[in-house]
Amino acid sequence: MAEKIIISVLKLSKKFGDVCAVDNISFDVKKNSVIALLGANGAGKTTTIAMLLGLVVPSSGKISIFGIDILKSRYSALSRMNFSSPYVDLPQRLSVYQNLKVYAQLYGISNEKERLSVLADDLQLNDLLHRKYGTLSAGQRTRVMLAKSLLNNPELLLLDEPTASLDPDSADWIRHYLCDYRERTGASIMLATHNMQEVERLCDQVLMMQGGRITDAGTPSELVEAYGRDSLEEVFLAVARKAPPKEMK
Amino acid sequence: MQAILKNIRHSLRRIRGLVLRYVYLIMGSLPRLLELAYWPSIQLVLWGFISQFFLTQSSVLAEAAGILIGAVLLWDVLFRGQLGFSISFLEELWSRNLGHIFVTPLRPHEFILALMGISFIRVLIGVSPAIMLAIPLYHFSIFDLGLPLIAFFANLLIFGWVIGLLVTSLLLRFGVGAESLAWALIFLIAPVSAIYYPISILPNWLQWIAWTLPPAHVFEGMRAILAQNYFENTLLFNACVLNLVYLLISSMVFLYNFNAARREGRLLQIGE
Repeated sequence: MAEKIIISVLKLSKKFGDVCAVDNISFDVKKNSVIALLGANGAGKTTTIAMLLGLVVPSSGKISIFGIDILKSRYSALSRMNFSSPYVDLPQRLSVYQNLKVYAQLYGISNEKERLSVLADDLQLNDLLHRKYGTLSAGQRTRVMLAKSLLNNPELLLLDEPTASLDPDSADWIRHYLCDYRERTGASIMLATHNMQEVERLCDQVLMMQGGRITDAGTPSELVEAYGRDSLEEVFLAVARKAPPKEMK
Repeated sequence: MQAILKNIRHSLRRIRGLVLRYVYLIMGSLPRLLELAYWPSIQLVLWGFISQFFLTQSSVLAEAAGILIGAVLLWDVLFRGQLGFSISFLEELWSRNLGHIFVTPLRPHEFILALMGISFIRVLIGVSPAIMLAIPLYHFSIFDLGLPLIAFFANLLIFGWVIGLLVTSLLLRFGVGAESLAWALIFLIAPVSAIYYPISILPNWLQWIAWTLPPAHVFEGMRAILAQNYFENTLLFNACVLNLVYLLISSMVFLYNFNAARREGRLLQIGE
């Protein structure tokens, strides 16, 4: 039986004036897989995620999520997916509980109290619920943001740099939680990141991006092998610096 | 039919969710809450004493007691209505929250309705104390306008939303750099809205402009009731029709700018 495709992107491009942020990329994301968009700053990762969410309209190409053409009817897909990014914040003067309650209503969660209680337990937020979001540390904020992105039990989670600016312990905790969430729910996760540890630990598939293009794709170990390097970090540096592979296999 | 009702129910839930976000913001800060009522009350006290002074100086004004105070209170409905709409939108820009809101299933028209909802709440909180103060201080009750008061209130509030939609469109286009428009833009129409004086004193060409604006019809209607004890249906009808046209146009302008912001990737970047 063929594996179910959750995201199908075909010849997707985005131009901002003369700048081509994303240049004719195509890829698929399978159900229950974790895929990373890996690339340096300005590689087109965030723009790609924003197009998948409908926040940015592509210049050309097609995006299908859960079999729905999101350029035509994105709202039916949006209720089944969610998003988190350190570059998009939550209202700082609202408490954690208020923030989550507002988003629970925006996502139309029916058993709101129960869902908030489960997430607060899971993500260790009980002591933070009545604190203002703006008073939290970076690690605490990331957990709240993650709780927001899990409110609707998403089948697809799009995460832009999910562990940016976190200490190693908090980052490890988040990665562990994401692994667990994927196993429990069968969800698919797409990460935009330049954190190699994250990619090696979490991802089945990596899309290397540079200058808006997908320059290579494969599992982390396939890429390491193909570039003849010792680690994914070295592959990343080689791609970023446009160094030729040591030995193409 | 059931599917339609279900969609409406979900839609109302999303609107309520966003209104709740702004209510939490207001209720979470006593200074914010007090500020809402502060300016309308100060305006009322100031204009109340000015009108009392005029009453002792002019027999013309003595015949039209309360017109200035009524004008102050109704102008605040318009001003606070647009401010409540625009400031709530600005809150999203200041908190860099737009990117999260627009990846939920919330539709742009639901977003507009939520902003209208919170604007209505803010006007009630802001203007009610001033209305109540006017009764013991100046023996003027806006409720003496009778049922037309509801129509005047609604028309001014709706035109406040029209200005609010135009301000938010400019904010979507130019970002927080255009935030001063939230306070300033409404004053562009103040001179031709016939708030404190009748349209007849304006030059002819300005009168034409004034009659194209719903507030001018409302304030003329208010004056007709307070000065002549006469309710002019035509003025109210004109205000309603004009408001409908302006609301449609401003909603389209908003949606155009919203889609332009999506095309140009501004929903993610917009913020402080």
